[in-house]
Amino acid sequence: MNQLLASSDPLFAHGVTGVVLLIVLIKVLIGFAVIMGSVTIMIWFERKAISDMQSRIGPQRWGPFGLFQTLADGLKLIAKEDLVPAEADRFVFKLAPYLVLVPAFITFALVPLGGTMHIAGHTVMLQVANPPMGILLMLAMSGVSVYGVMLAGWSSGSKYPLLSSVRASAQMISYEAALGMTVVTIILATGSLSTHNIVAAQAGGVWHWNIIRLGIVPFVVFLIAITAELNRPPFDVVEAESELVGGFNTEYSSIRFGIFYLAEFMNTITMSAIIVTLFLGGPAGWVPNVPHLRWVFPILWFVAKVTFFCFSYIWFRASLPRFRYDQVMDLGWKRLIPLSLGWMLIVAGFLIAPAWGFLMASLVLLAWIVLTRAFELGQGREGGTRDAVLPTVGERPIPGRVIRRFTDGEQS
Amino acid sequence: MIASTYALASILVFVTAALLILGGAVGVITMKNPVHSALSLIMTLFGVAVAFVAQSADFLAAVEIIVYAGAIVVLFLFVIMFLGVDRKENVHVEPLVGQRAFAGVGVIITIAGLIALMAKSHWVTGTMSVSTNGVKLAVGQGNVKQLGTAVFTTYLFAFEATAALLVIAVVGAVLLARRERTLQSEEVEV
Repeated sequence: MNQLLASSDPLFAHGVTGVVLLIVLIKVLIGFAVIMGSVTIMIWFERKAISDMQSRIGPQRWGPFGLFQTLADGLKLIAKEDLVPAEADRFVFKLAPYLVLVPAFITFALVPLGGTMHIAGHTVMLQVANPPMGILLMLAMSGVSVYGVMLAGWSSGSKYPLLSSVRASAQMISYEAALGMTVVTIILATGSLSTHNIVAAQAGGVWHWNIIRLGIVPFVVFLIAITAELNRPPFDVVEAESELVGGFNTEYSSIRFGIFYLAEFMNTITMSAIIVTLFLGGPAGWVPNVPHLRWVFPILWFVAKVTFFCFSYIWFRASLPRFRYDQVMDLGWKRLIPLSLGWMLIVAGFLIAPAWGFLMASLVLLAWIVLTRAFELGQGREGGTRDAVLPTVGERPIPGRVIRRFTDGEQS
Repeated sequence: MIASTYALASILVFVTAALLILGGAVGVITMKNPVHSALSLIMTLFGVAVAFVAQSADFLAAVEIIVYAGAIVVLFLFVIMFLGVDRKENVHVEPLVGQRAFAGVGVIITIAGLIALMAKSHWVTGTMSVSTNGVKLAVGQGNVKQLGTAVFTTYLFAFEATAALLVIAVVGAVLLARRERTLQSEEVEV
């Protein structure tokens, strides 16, 4: 265990002493404070930015520019009555919000916020934890957060939340495959799983950042897949108001609803931070030679990059219409997964030798042509009723019989 | 002093992991509601992951969570929710006559086998491994490299065979599922 700790974090190089434990504790507390603080700002920022884009004013009453609106909302939610539906599974109903919240925290703990510092003779990484399995933990946590959504919908004992949670979990699992494949591409280029090493491998200027080094494609795939993973617009079929009332958290009220809301925005920030870590060199950037303050600039670069991605999520929400459910599934399974898989093979080929890279590229091109033809043939085979009100595109993920059983009671 | 701290920490980690595994496993059997059973199964999987980390098999721990907790138990839950079996069942009905007695015999055989294995060799303790001819596994990053090298060189054939098996299973499942979605039966369904 001693070796294991020291192999991933220089803080434990001289064993675990009281000072080291104190530093770890402080790091955890600071990480917690940073993410909670940025969530309150993020909620305000989203409301303000989206109202600007829609020619509204947005929050403005509480504090300068309405900055305290989030705090006021939080207080309001805490003061409201906490309802548990009569049909609900009480234990799971109360557990579900935390299953969404905790993974968001844990994923944030992996993100390097800056370089290293020296405190009391110890080398301290500016990230809460740097486990050897690193980025795999991010994938694991996104797998766990599926449960929160799924169980929230199921335990409510209500139809629309159940449908919404099934949609959500199917969507999250589908996009996890493309997400994992892109992460594999990065691991191949880096040769390491830990987030610290992934950032270190991108040092040396913009041209070494993974976004450029791996070609733009993995970045685009990752951005789309992570937006779907977050259930944010344009992939928010989970809470399509016109179809599902309010999504998987319809039956939640008071602070339990608040926790879901908090987790959603926390995930947005965390995933922006993960994108920055994986593709944009994390805290890398130009550092002016200011005595004693050199460690500040990486943090500022990091915050600037994360803010950019947080803003783009708001931008997506304001400008893109929501996908239909079958379009979401088509994009995930028929476009993103083959694309990320093919690109991974090409990158792997180029890592061995350019000749192998070009061979792989031609093979992937061939596979792409075959796949396109197969999709065409598959589209032609699909029946769909002629006299339906809307022509069906693709097929329903859930057979009509099953859906009807949920909506019309248990007749069949 | 430091050595004793580590020993204490290891014991604490082991006890926590063991409690998670056993508590979850007992829960899977005793819970009346299938969804609660599935949740207990997740607890067991987390306990196993903790045990893996304690034995510095980080990659296995992560894969355990991603594959088993993140995908397979989610599928279990899907099936449970869709087939509408998420109600309390009467567990005192025996579909097979005498299945409880057979289960008891099975438990005894399994435990005896495990004890025999532990008495004869050390492979469960992690001191010896198949990939490195008895050399201790590397900690941290090297661990994944060793595992990858073993899988993609020594055990390549088994790995590829497993991959082929999985592809065949997927193709078979798609074939079976699509049969009822031809033009004629589509109209019947809608």
